[in-house]
Parts: sequence; C-alpha cells; structure tokens
Amino acid sequence: MIAPKLEGLPIELDLPHQSGLTLPSKPVVVIEPRNSWAAINLRDLWTYRELFYFLIWRDVKVRYKQTVIGIIWVVLQPLLMTLIFTIFMTRLARVPSGGLPYALLVFAGLLPWTFFSTAVAGSGASLVTNAQLITKVYFPRMIIPGAAIGGRLLDFAVGLIMLLVMMIYYGVRPTGSLLLLPPLIVLITLFSWGFGMWMSAVNVKYRDTGIILPVLIQLWMFVSPVAYPVSLIPEQWRWLYFLNPLAGIIEGFRAAVLGLQINWPALAYAALFAVVLFFYSAYAFRRMEKTFADII
Amino acid sequence: MKPIIKVENLSKSYDLSRIINTSETLRDSLVEFIRSPFAKLRTRSSPVDTLWALKNVSLNVMPGEVVGIIGRNGAGKSTLLKILSRVTEPTAGRVELYGRVGSLLEVGTGFHPELTGRENIFLNSVILGMSHKDIKNKFDEIVAFAEIERFIDTPVKRYSSGMYVRLAFAVAAHLNPEILIVDEVLAVGDLAFQNKCLGKMEDASLTGRTVLFVSHNLPAVTRLCSRAILLDSGSLVRDGATADVVSSYLEGTVSSGPSREWQDLKLAPGGEELRLVSVNVTKEDGTRISSVSVGSPLLLKLKYFVGVPELKFRCAVIFNTQGTCAFVSVEPSETLRTGPATYSSVVRIPANLLAEGEYTIGISIFSSRGSKQHYVRLQNVVAFHLFDPLTGDSARGDYAERINGVVSPRLEWQSYSEGPFSVTEIQDHDALSDRAFGGTP
Repeated sequence: MIAPKLEGLPIELDLPHQSGLTLPSKPVVVIEPRNSWAAINLRDLWTYRELFYFLIWRDVKVRYKQTVIGIIWVVLQPLLMTLIFTIFMTRLARVPSGGLPYALLVFAGLLPWTFFSTAVAGSGASLVTNAQLITKVYFPRMIIPGAAIGGRLLDFAVGLIMLLVMMIYYGVRPTGSLLLLPPLIVLITLFSWGFGMWMSAVNVKYRDTGIILPVLIQLWMFVSPVAYPVSLIPEQWRWLYFLNPLAGIIEGFRAAVLGLQINWPALAYAALFAVVLFFYSAYAFRRMEKTFADII
Repeated sequence: MKPIIKVENLSKSYDLSRIINTSETLRDSLVEFIRSPFAKLRTRSSPVDTLWALKNVSLNVMPGEVVGIIGRNGAGKSTLLKILSRVTEPTAGRVELYGRVGSLLEVGTGFHPELTGRENIFLNSVILGMSHKDIKNKFDEIVAFAEIERFIDTPVKRYSSGMYVRLAFAVAAHLNPEILIVDEVLAVGDLAFQNKCLGKMEDASLTGRTVLFVSHNLPAVTRLCSRAILLDSGSLVRDGATADVVSSYLEGTVSSGPSREWQDLKLAPGGEELRLVSVNVTKEDGTRISSVSVGSPLLLKLKYFVGVPELKFRCAVIFNTQGTCAFVSVEPSETLRTGPATYSSVVRIPANLLAEGEYTIGISIFSSRGSKQHYVRLQNVVAFHLFDPLTGDSARGDYAERINGVVSPRLEWQSYSEGPFSVTEIQDHDALSDRAFGGTP
C-alpha cells in the first residue's frame, strides 16, 4: 500500500526536483488546427522511422506465424501460381511465348504483379485494421500504409532471388537491360504506395473501398501483361492498353529480365503517372488525416 | 517558473450529423451529391449540429505537477487528452508542450496476439515512442515488473488477461517522457498490481515528470494528484487543490452536500408541530465530509424543533443509491417529546456496511399510532460519497475489480478441508454449520 503522502499537498509547495529542471525555450510540440495544405512533415517521418521498421517487421512476422513452413511460402506461392498459369495457358489457351520458356515469362510478370496486388490490398486496408493504434497514439499516419508496402518488398526481394535461380535453370543469359531492374522496382513501389495510401485514406470514411478494391485488383490483372505477353494485344489497340501504367511497368520488368526490347514511351508514361499519383495521394492523405481518429 | 504545458483557448467541435450518420457510405454521398451538388457548401457553416466537446479551455501546468482531470462522462476529459497526445486535432486554440509526451490512453496499444511477450514489448515500446536502445536497456526491468519471466516467449494470445495487462502496463510504466498522459488505465489488474502501478506513477512524479491523469477512480486521483481540474460539458469549471475540486465535483454530481441547515425556521420543511433544523453526515469525531472511506463509521444527525407542548413520533432515514433504495432505518419506538424545544436524533452507520458510490438520504418523521401522520417527508436531503481506499481491509479484501450491490458488508468467511469426498457428510448440513461457526450439536 502506498501511503497517501501526496494527499492534500498544497500545490505551491516547491518540490526539490523542480529546481533542477530546465525547460527548452521553444516548445517541443505545438498543437494547432492545421489547414489542409500542410506539407508532408519529413522531420516527423524521420523521427518515427523506428516505428516504420517495427510495423514492417510485425507484418512479416505475423503473416507467417503458426504456419508450418513459414517463410518458404514467400517462394512457394508465386511458384505455384506460375505452375498453374503455365499449365492453363500453354495447354488450354495456347498463348504464344515467343520462343521463351513460358514459366519464366509468367514468373517475370507474376513477380511484380504479386507485389503490386498484395501491397495495394494490404495498405488499402491498413488504416482500418490499425484503427486501435490511430485512436490511441500519435505518429505520422503515413507510416501505416507505407509499412504495409514495406512488408511486401521483402517478399519481392525473395522472389527476385527465385527469379535469378530460374534464369540460371533455363539458361537465360542476363543482358545489360537487367540494370533497369532497380529503377523499375522503385517505380512499382512508388506506384503501389501512392495508390495504396490513397485507398487506405478513402477506406477510413467509405468502407466500400475495402470491398471493391479486391475486385478491382482482380480485374486489373486481366488488363495487365501478367499471364500473357503484350504481343498478344493487336497493334492498333496498344496505345489504349498502355494507358494502364502497370502494363508499362510489368512489360518493362519482363523485358529487363529476358533482355527483350524496352518500350520507353510506355515506361516514361508510367513513371510520370506514378509520380503524379504519389503526390496527389500524399496531399489527399494529409487532408483526410485530420479526421481519421474521429471517424475511423 | 515557466509552465511545461500551456493550453490556450482550446476548443474541439464534432459535427454531429456526421457522427450520428455512421452508416455513411459512398453510395449515400454520391446520391446526395447528385440530388443537390452544392448542399455541402451551404450546410457547412450551420452551427445546429455542432457538439462542442471542449470549449475555450485554458490551462498551465508546471513541471513536476501531477494533475488529475475529473468530470462526468462526456465532460471532455478524453478529448482533452486526445488533443494533447495529438491523436486528434483541435478545432481552435493552441497548445505548447515544452517536453516530450508519452501518452497512455489505453493499456496494450498495438499488442499483437500472435506475437510473443518479448516481441510485443519491443513493438509496444516503439509505438509508445521509446527508442530501440532504451528498450534494450530496460527490457529485464520490464519483464520483472510484469512478473512474466517464464512466459516471455509465449504468444500473448495464450496469456491470462491478468498477465496481458501486467505486461502492457509494465511497458507503459517504463516510458520515460517529460510529460506523461494517462487515461483511466488503472482500472485493471488485481489490487497488488494496481498499487504497484500507482507507486510507479508516484515515482514518475517524484523524479520531476509531469503527469496528467484522467480517472473516474476518485480515490486514485486523490492519492496521486496534488492538483485537479474539473471539466463540465467541455468547459473547465474548477482548478485547484485536489481535495477541493473532488468535493466540489461530488457536490455537483449529487443533488447536495453532506449537510443541510435551514436558517429561517419558518421556511424549514415541516409544519407547526415540527420543523427540520439541520441534517448532517459526519465522521464519528464530528468532522463533516462529503467523501469518506467505506471503512469509517458515519453519524447521521437530524436536528428538529418541536413546536407543540407534546408530540409522539419517530424518525426514519432512507438511503438511496444507484437509483434504488439501499435500506431504511427507523427509530425503534415512538417517543414522546415536549416542546417548544429542539431535539436531535443520531443514527450510527457502522463501517464496512455500504458499498462504494454516491448516496442520497431521505428523511421521514412520522407517527403511526392512531391515524398515520407525516410531520416531515423529504427526499434527497443530503448526499455523500463513499470510496474504498483499497487498503485490503474492506469487504472486498484484496479483490480490486468492480463489485455489485448497494451494500458491501464485511462478513465472516471460513474455509476448511472436509477430508476425502463423502456423500453423507455433504448432505449433513447441520454438522457443516456447527463445525464452521463453533456451535454445539
């Protein structure tokens, strides 16, 4: 039992510890109503970088908890998909592969696609699934959808190693265009982040987003060159096809891996699209962020 | 000295139409938009549906102060803490914080059931704003405080709720910010652990940390805080020494205080034959108090004036709490009293009889011989508050969670072994009670 020694203490009483305490001359934190044009507070994001790492770590850790083969699923999942696609497309639909091993063609498309779809689905739902955090502690909210993307980047990296193994297996000699992979990874990350962050904020207010998003992602796969090469699309419709920025990115990814011709205009368009989308969604996020704790 | 927390005219409003309409979906707002595209612009300035959760609250807190924030549900306590911990934004006003803030609005924020105790300690500490290095240094201390050494690598979903709470609080208790914001988190765990937590918070304040503490647990506020502020419908209504603010809160919540006196006899309740002069609830030594421990006996004193030569009657007191009658106590017999003169009737309420809570007292002075007649009949005359200081010697023993009931008498408990199981012995009720309470067969 703690003695009630503080009970009835007169407030003026000068406690000994108070004398040694010096306060900063400027406030550490100022809380004021913000207008919607507030810029992204980069310093704030930097201060909370540890939380960002930890949320990624939590996502990855939790995903494979209580699974028998754990992290092996990261490799197995796209491989199984590749197998299924290969069987269906070559045996049933007879999609032409242009002389390249179909499995590699599919895997090179599935890899960025899997990253995009899981990252967007995960980050789109992330704010709502972390509602408990949002209503109880402060941190820059952008960390949450960002961390959901980050967790999938790890899977992406494992998949890339898998891809190299497959390239060796099929005897595909890497060309100089393989150097294009890192910028392509940055590009698809930026695009996923921009899209996911925007969806996550909209989802806070309209839960419809969470329902429609998986459907949208499903559809999106069919209009992206995941299971088939772009050459399947009639020449006169290509411009329409490449309006989908993912088409340019995934095709670019495949071209870089297999040393095919790179469609620069499509890539440039996709890059521009990703950058604009990212900045727009960062702005939209900041604008909606204020009310998250009240309406989530 | 300069304040560490400076709150100036802080206000927060909620748009009620939005909050009430929680089922707002994309379709609704699309339909709305198609029907009247500019409706939103027009209604934005309408103040009709606005709820002011906080209104012009100004407050300075000095470094090292431990301030309790009290008030009814919906008074704005949690909103204030949420703004100070930057979870939500104010509508107007400004706050300056001259130190790092650690806020504890809930125990175990961000705990993930699938992760182990160890993993959750790291995750939770980072969420609460500790650095990875700090946690590493304090890890053993946290584990020891939570008393879960053996289960540190077990997923927390397999923890008992007690273990879970202990771990969560242990992490929070080792936060090291200059300003600690705590919301109603002590209402968990067993008594020993609660005291440990209170002790930890006391330490925090003694090492110079500033603590803001919201609780409905008035005894805890009184124990911990030197200063308290009282919020009512979003406004700060009192600010001062804890004891004063707590009693003014209690007097505001219940209809009146613990004593009532009628200065002018002609206006006092009653009639020509008898009038009430005063009613007082005091401790045994006569000190008046609105808030008192369940462990101290109380005296309820009725003072009245008999205006006729002789009158035969008895007094009764009605104790109401939680919207119901706890009990009625009547004077054993009707007594003849001669007038004109003033009399007092005192009834003693033993310690450890009533449960914690607010009590209001009704008075009845009547005679039932012949035709029944009430001389005084009054509800809600005085009120007082009983709290359990959790010293372990009340009816609850060392059980710290909520106990139902309007009375909470301390009764005798005995447990003993009956030896190996035997049906005949259990059916023998007389033998059982004899053995327990020492009666002779």
